[in-house]
Amino acid sequence: MDSFEPQHNQPLWADPGLTRIPYRIYQDPANYAAEQRRLFEGPCWHFACLEVDIPKRGDYRTTYVGEMPVIVVRAGDDTINAFENRCAHRGSLIAFDDGGNVENNFKCIYHAWSYDLAGNLKGIAFEHGIGGRGGMPKDERRDIPGPRKLRTTTLCGLVFVTLSPQTPPIETMLGEEIHGRIKRVLKGPVRVMGRFTQVLPNNWKLYVENVKDTYHASLLHAFFGTFRIGRLTQGGGVLVSADGGHHSSYTIDLASDRNSTAYRDQGIRTEKQGYELADPSLLDPVPEFGDNIILQILSVFPTFVLQQIYNCLAVRQVVPKGLDRTELHWTYIGFADDTPDMNRRRLKQQNLVGPAGYVSMEDGCVGGFVQRGIAAAGSQDSVIAMGGAGTASDATRATEASVRGFWKSYRSHMGV
Amino acid sequence: MDAGSIPSSDLTFRLVELNADYARVIDEQRLEAWPDFFTDPCLYKITTADNFARGMEAGLVYADSRGMLQDRVSALRQVNIYEQQRYRHIVGLPAITGREDSTITVETPFLVVRIMRTGSMDLFASGRYLDRVAAQADGRLKLNERIAVCDGSRFDTLLALPL
Repeated sequence: MDSFEPQHNQPLWADPGLTRIPYRIYQDPANYAAEQRRLFEGPCWHFACLEVDIPKRGDYRTTYVGEMPVIVVRAGDDTINAFENRCAHRGSLIAFDDGGNVENNFKCIYHAWSYDLAGNLKGIAFEHGIGGRGGMPKDERRDIPGPRKLRTTTLCGLVFVTLSPQTPPIETMLGEEIHGRIKRVLKGPVRVMGRFTQVLPNNWKLYVENVKDTYHASLLHAFFGTFRIGRLTQGGGVLVSADGGHHSSYTIDLASDRNSTAYRDQGIRTEKQGYELADPSLLDPVPEFGDNIILQILSVFPTFVLQQIYNCLAVRQVVPKGLDRTELHWTYIGFADDTPDMNRRRLKQQNLVGPAGYVSMEDGCVGGFVQRGIAAAGSQDSVIAMGGAGTASDATRATEASVRGFWKSYRSHMGV
Repeated sequence: MDAGSIPSSDLTFRLVELNADYARVIDEQRLEAWPDFFTDPCLYKITTADNFARGMEAGLVYADSRGMLQDRVSALRQVNIYEQQRYRHIVGLPAITGREDSTITVETPFLVVRIMRTGSMDLFASGRYLDRVAAQADGRLKLNERIAVCDGSRFDTLLALPL
């Protein structure tokens, strides 16, 4: 057979293992559409907002679950509702702001149809017509489905939503270990310090893989290597949930690494000898979580990230915007009871992350380098074999176990 | 020197000069000269109109000393990896919004086109500089504070060079 024949009839992913990832998975429009149905509308929990974003009844925020626009609204002290941000009439956005307060109902601006705080269709303008003419026939009225409703759950001040009735409770889904690592960071009421959006020129999965890739951090990011924040020779490891989908990697400051020359010995560029900060107050962390973990990156399948780098805390939401375009929604957080000193420390350390972050700027471009690099390689695979073929937790980060974990969960949800 | 004693027309002219020099230093990649436009200590921050309006303090870049500005430059030169790019600043006219003793508050609009290695030229950011400008003993104007408030909230790929 001519190897240059088109491959449209071949399965997307023939190899049953997790160490070879077909590049077509980042390029295939049919697969992208299937992700919306099977992942984003499937049995997964998706981060929607922080509880502190919607403290009062009627407070709402708009967000996305994959491509689907969603409204999250507080209906009572213990009740948060979510429903598709799409009018039952003609499909217009019901709310077209980032958030606000609506008191008792949402009203679509197009033809003034209204919805209660649970997303139930409550009112149709001129439902009974005028002077006996026009209006909505009774049997039609009965058959109009409202916007799709999502279930909501909260975890340590985070609001997650799911469209599927099958999604297990989030605590069960994460497992105790990963749940414990969320509780470790989100130990009290948070406050939002700022929000920024980074537009990534690549498929969303390339960013999620990057988050889970414990191997790259100190090799790509010279800032990590030089200042010994996330070096592979430091203590730490990676926890991977049983289903593979959720992970938490962590770095422990070890005295034994402070004089290690392992990076220099391998000729790795990310240890810049003699490079020093003119103002070292950028890296003046204080322990605040009662342990010696200086860095923890945690993900909830498929698109949520919680980050602690020293005292720099953020949640990141990954929003697909097409096959090769992704929005990364950063929310920088601190705690409600931060002292002015801690506030200033966080403001300075935030230089590490976000679109201009000493660390994160590189994650912003590297996914695009892959997307461009594989443009003509749809029949080829990437290699994810560091640390073997498994997805188990490990006491090293020189492994790609949590990237394989992502694909394990992905294949199971997608049926590929 | 007391900035309050500079006549308004002279002051506007000197602010225009300051911004023209500032833009050229960045656009011509003479970044090492950039921190010298600021006093020490100072505040340089890049944020968005939305964060600014809500009183949210965080910045994409946040520096409160000239040392932190120098660190941005040395990191860009020696540490960080990003595709080659440069900017073209178009800086509008300064509107003086306040004068007190030695400090002038100024608001100035800007546009920044980003030119990538690939040759693409795209509008990367628009916004306004909210400045506190102080006249130095030698008469030179320096930025005591420059908050670059971007009009939008989406940043393409990465923000490496200062605005």
